[in-house]
Amino acid sequence: MEIIRLDDSVRDEFPLIKEADIAYLDNGATTQKPECVIEAVEEYYRRHNANPLRGIYELSVEATDAYEESRQAVADYIGAGDASEIIFTRNASESINLVAYSYGMSVLNEGDEIIVSTAEHHSNFLPWQRAADAKGARVVFFDPEEDGSFDLNKLKDLISEKTRILAMTQISNVIGRINDIKAMTDLVHEAGGVAVIDGAQAVAHIGVDVKELGADFYAFSGHKMYAPMGIGVLYGRKELLDKMPPFLYGGEMIETVTKERTVYAELPHKFEAGTVNVGGAVGLKAAIEFIDRYGFEQIVARENALTAKVVNAMNDMPYVKIIGGRKACNHHGIVAFRIEGVHPHDVAQIFADAGVCVRAGHHCAEPLHRYLGELAGTRVNSSTRLSVGIYNTEAEIDRFLDVLSGIRSRMGY
Amino acid sequence: MADINNTLYNEIINEHNLRPYHKHSIEGANYTLEGVNPSCGDEITLHLCVDGEIVKDGAYEGEGCAISQASADIMLDMIIGRTKADALHLCDLFLRMIKEGITEEEKEELEEAGILESVSHMPARVKCAVLGWRTMREIFEGKD
Ligand SMILES: Cc1ncc(COP(=O)(O)O)c(C=O)c1O
Repeated sequence: MEIIRLDDSVRDEFPLIKEADIAYLDNGATTQKPECVIEAVEEYYRRHNANPLRGIYELSVEATDAYEESRQAVADYIGAGDASEIIFTRNASESINLVAYSYGMSVLNEGDEIIVSTAEHHSNFLPWQRAADAKGARVVFFDPEEDGSFDLNKLKDLISEKTRILAMTQISNVIGRINDIKAMTDLVHEAGGVAVIDGAQAVAHIGVDVKELGADFYAFSGHKMYAPMGIGVLYGRKELLDKMPPFLYGGEMIETVTKERTVYAELPHKFEAGTVNVGGAVGLKAAIEFIDRYGFEQIVARENALTAKVVNAMNDMPYVKIIGGRKACNHHGIVAFRIEGVHPHDVAQIFADAGVCVRAGHHCAEPLHRYLGELAGTRVNSSTRLSVGIYNTEAEIDRFLDVLSGIRSRMGY
Repeated sequence: MADINNTLYNEIINEHNLRPYHKHSIEGANYTLEGVNPSCGDEITLHLCVDGEIVKDGAYEGEGCAISQASADIMLDMIIGRTKADALHLCDLFLRMIKEGITEEEKEELEEAGILESVSHMPARVKCAVLGWRTMREIFEGKD
């Protein structure tokens, strides 16, 4: 595919970005959608919609083809060996729940351990807490360092013959650093465990190859990578998926059903009970093609330049404390910060007032905020976060920095 | 949009947030209750010294956004020295102001607290503004 030059004109592909006078800097929460994605979904519903996998007639075959082509596109995008290793879900949260309920509940026994990084989004923590509770297993926390990095020696010390699962994010939605997933999966594999990697904040921003990462499971959401809401992905290694029981039961996930006995369908359909989200899958394929047209070399360079600009400017503001350290090169599109004396909700409100969309709160990472507070000897339960996407510009960062520098005086300091 | 927010972080709110009058612990409180706003992590612990029907004294401790903290401070300014019934009446006015709106006369009764009216247009901030008031009501009437 031919690579298109990436510059500010990419904004023209995004109707909402083009038309609204806002600086949208909350891409970690969800991204805006390009015309090609909106059109692909519309085209599907206008011309090809039918219940896939069921009908004999032509339209149903078209819907089935569209759906399965999307699955193949996802497999190619993340380097899966086979399209049957791609399960469509609603979002990253559902993907991880699938692993926890189906895989976790099957393999965990009393006394087993699940290592969960303290930086996990609640989506890659709560399902494990639940599975551990149900099975008498234990969640063990892998804490980051103060600068947001993870020390592999710490992980070595945590891993034992009791380790069954490592739940780890590739890029934390608060810290923004790329974790050394390969080294971590190697360690957990040596101990006979599997690694469940949360790729929600990675897939739109860096090239991902699940085989190179050594991920046994890899989860992400379409809506954070320019695709529609309501379509997500679970990649799982075939050997593991084959042995796992279904997660949800119902239509389209069986070979045969009798009153006494059910034979479940082959992968991936075993895990996709009920009518699936073809429109979403089609939109996801269009989003992948959109990203591929620009390529990660350009995307990474553009997004990192923007975050570096933010971090460097913040380094000159002594009252701004960045989560995950002051080194610009460690922030991949995400900068979470605190302003001395001003609560993050007030910070985000003042940004909102100026048309700058950033997020405040614990970003579904309460344990991380609490832990960072303990390290710093204060109480930290929230932060404000800027997260960039492909369409953000230097001018928007200037607008952001302009508001940032006036916040303390606005609050009466 | 800008107007609403300009009036939100005005001098009165900033003053109550930065130099709160009632943010401390007190001796002899016969009611103490913690209120939390789980969506943003605002927390206040409200202490009241109630003698018969009269709120003799009160204070709060906690952490949270300017809106939650200033609102609690303003509330204590208003209810100290008043009866429980008065305090609950003001609480009712305040919650109604934010949820559905009140008349100008009613707003006058709310004095300084009336400046938080603009929060009613900001769904994400409503819980911050009402935290202190709801905690007070829970002290007197139990959980709703
Ligand atoms: C790191 C990370 N994991 C998981 C999720 C959950 O994604 P979703 O809400 O789409 O399931 C998010 C997004 O909120 C995230 O940032």
